[in-house]
Amino acid sequence: MSGIIVDTTAYSAPAQETTADVSERMLELDEDDDLEVFSKGATLADGSLFSPSMPTSPASMINQFEEDTDEKDIFVTVDNPESHVTAIETFITYRVLTKTTRSEFDSCEYEVRRRYQDFFWLKGKLEEAHPTLIVHPLPEKFVMKGMVERFNEDFIDTRRKALHKFLNRIADHPILSCSEDFKIFLSAQAWELTSHKKQGPGFLTRMGDTVRAVAATVRGVKNRPDEFTAIQEYVDTFSQKITSLDKVAQRILKEQKEYLEELKECAPSYTLWSGSEEELVEPLKGVASSIDRCCSETEEQVNQLSENLIPALHEYVLCAETLKAVLRRRDNIQADLEAKGDTLANKKTEREADSKDLGFVLGSFLGKNPEEAKQQKQQRLDVEIEELKEEIDKLDDKMEFANNAMKGDWERWQRNMRGDIKAAFLCTAEKNVDYYEKCLAVWESFLLSQKSDLSMESSRDQPLALQEIAKDVTPQAT
Amino acid sequence: MEIDCVLSAHACELNMADSSSEEIAVIGNTDLTAADSENNRNNTMAEAGTTLLRRMEISVAEAEKRTGKNAVNMQETYTVYLIETRPTETATEGQNPTPDALWRRYSEFELLRNFLLVTYSFIVVPPLPEKRAEFVWHKLSADNMDPDFVERRRAGLENFLLRVASHPVLANDKIFYNFLTEENGWKELVFETGFQAKADSRLKALNATFRVKNPDKRFTELKHYSDELQSVTSQLLRVRARVADRLYGVYKVHGNYGRVFSEWSAIERDMGDGLQSAGHHMDAYAASVDDILEEEEHYADQLKEYLFYAEALRAVCRKHELLQYELEADAQDLTSKKQQREELATGTIRTFSLKGMTSKLFGQETPEQREAKLKVLEEQIDEGENLVKQKNAECGEFVQNAWVDMERFKEQKDRDLKEALISYAVMQISVCKKGIQVWTNAKECFSKM
Repeated sequence: MSGIIVDTTAYSAPAQETTADVSERMLELDEDDDLEVFSKGATLADGSLFSPSMPTSPASMINQFEEDTDEKDIFVTVDNPESHVTAIETFITYRVLTKTTRSEFDSCEYEVRRRYQDFFWLKGKLEEAHPTLIVHPLPEKFVMKGMVERFNEDFIDTRRKALHKFLNRIADHPILSCSEDFKIFLSAQAWELTSHKKQGPGFLTRMGDTVRAVAATVRGVKNRPDEFTAIQEYVDTFSQKITSLDKVAQRILKEQKEYLEELKECAPSYTLWSGSEEELVEPLKGVASSIDRCCSETEEQVNQLSENLIPALHEYVLCAETLKAVLRRRDNIQADLEAKGDTLANKKTEREADSKDLGFVLGSFLGKNPEEAKQQKQQRLDVEIEELKEEIDKLDDKMEFANNAMKGDWERWQRNMRGDIKAAFLCTAEKNVDYYEKCLAVWESFLLSQKSDLSMESSRDQPLALQEIAKDVTPQAT
Repeated sequence: MEIDCVLSAHACELNMADSSSEEIAVIGNTDLTAADSENNRNNTMAEAGTTLLRRMEISVAEAEKRTGKNAVNMQETYTVYLIETRPTETATEGQNPTPDALWRRYSEFELLRNFLLVTYSFIVVPPLPEKRAEFVWHKLSADNMDPDFVERRRAGLENFLLRVASHPVLANDKIFYNFLTEENGWKELVFETGFQAKADSRLKALNATFRVKNPDKRFTELKHYSDELQSVTSQLLRVRARVADRLYGVYKVHGNYGRVFSEWSAIERDMGDGLQSAGHHMDAYAASVDDILEEEEHYADQLKEYLFYAEALRAVCRKHELLQYELEADAQDLTSKKQQREELATGTIRTFSLKGMTSKLFGQETPEQREAKLKVLEEQIDEGENLVKQKNAECGEFVQNAWVDMERFKEQKDRDLKEALISYAVMQISVCKKGIQVWTNAKECFSKM
């Protein structure tokens, strides 16, 4: 199989409007009309227009409605995975299409190609800039379970959808969508992005951050506000439950697949039997074809599970980890603040202390005038205290900002989570109802075909006595 | 044991391919007129109308565990089944007398069936439910003492009795009647008939199958059909068991949703109620599979009955082959004796024989010796001709009677299996309806989240 993956039909099906078609129409209109039509387009066909493979059930659209769709001015899609082969490696790039009316952007439309690494970089930068905002998780870097190759079509499509969701969540976020890094990610050419990536805090600075973070973790927080403790408890339980659900859904998928495999053996057995019979040929073949049709319905059910429910649940397993990280970072800021506060208190105490202390002794050791030494020390301490006070002020602001940001985002996240989970399960339930309805129709039509045969038979001459006895003798289900 | 024979409308012809003698050529030259055959058919119906089942209600009402000492004086546990009978007239008259009842174990049913098999070798004898649980979908029900297995066996035994009681020939059997009515001494009655001596050895039957030259083509076809039926139904039963196993897994795992939803709902404010109630529906869904599979067992039992019927069908075909083979052997014997007679009479030796050689070497026999030999041969030939005539008639009778029962069996099988397939579809419809209900309810709950 060649390494090049062509546009999969899922998002270039002629029946659905592709983004390409829409964009052509859009460019013909005035700029003002553009805005109007865009909004309308968004409210009416949100699901199908920009996420062609997403479920378009009313349930999923409700979530979008909760956003301020009238003010939505940036639309992002991720599609068209392509394989690139170089001497060193093979990797996939995705097309990222942006349409926007925001003034920060020079143009109103961008098309770039990005690979997973780039998304990963973006996430890092966003978390760095906004440590206490909840950034939607990326699909996992590596997939351990099973024999999933990185270039398997289903895997690529699942990843693409997750990346699409990732960018859209950012685009919908009032603060994150204004990030400079986000803008560059969406609009820069490949070489521009590479050079931009090279800027930013150097290796040592980043190392320092990490060390401080670890130290803060060790230090711990003394006076965490109650509301954040509540959130922490929630997140811990949520993480457990969503992980369990993920496992349950995977298990159901496995059982369903195995059931399908066995069911596929049924129809051939009935067909084989019909070869030996005369009178029974029609009913046997009827049963065989009915089972066959139920098999294809089961296949669709299996696909729904693996394309819809399981990725949705898995996303929130990753979300739980993100939440834990966000809480940790918030705690770290507070720990930092508390630590600095302690240091300040210590220095103040030192400042007020008697001159009969070590400083005096040390000073005289170095041949200085004790009085002078004390004064020097006091001056030094004053400077340090001033510096510390400034730092603490800044940290205080940072803490307040971080806490508020987090609180705000927490509400947002919960709303999104409810919407997403509800949509996923609604879709599953709908699909299951649909599955049973279709199978019901299959068997009812089989019964109908047999009933018409039966009425033909009863008109034939059959000894009544034998018929009666047949009724007596036919094994009844007790 | 007298066999009540029901004559079919067709005359049978048996041709011995390798004999030129006319005595053994054609049998059964009974040319029935159209009126006669109509009359025969009516008689069949009349007899069917008065089968045992019409006169008597039969049921296997209960099963009970017993312990006792067996033949080698060891303690064993076994199950006995209560057979209840009641004359139908009294029931229809509005009275409800207590039924007559007796207890029988499975081995006694087996004895009854073996008796019927030997005595009515031209009948496709209804099969018993399986001795050991096979084609099980869940490890649990492989145990013979399992209450579900016992219950299904009870139903199977009742079905067996009803089938026999409604059979135009078998229903009139005295031993069968005594089985239903005489608790004590029945076994002795059976053994007294000496049926065991009449049973054909397996080896004899196998030998006949390989060496018979001219079996009735219809029986040969039926034998092939019985093989096919057996293989197809056992394959179907195996597949069905595996599917049932998997279906069980799918439904049961959904029960986990209930548990996790419930635990999760505790920390959710807005979603909590929806999750909790959806969880209950998932529990209901998981639990519903037990009933579903229970019903499917009935379908499996219907298939199993015909799996075992295939064996009974094959037994009749084999019996035909055996009779035919014996007839051919006797005819061959007769032919060779006649040849010997001819040789002795004309003095020509056509075939090589030790006798011929020795007489050549040691001189011919005296005329007196030849006379004596001829006389013996004539007697033997007379006996042989009678034997062949008898066997011929026996064979012909067997073919006629067996064919009638084959036709009856074929109609019964087509009817029963068609109904089984229809009831399978009905079952599937019920499963689908339950599924629609559960998931619609769950959908309601999810939409309220």
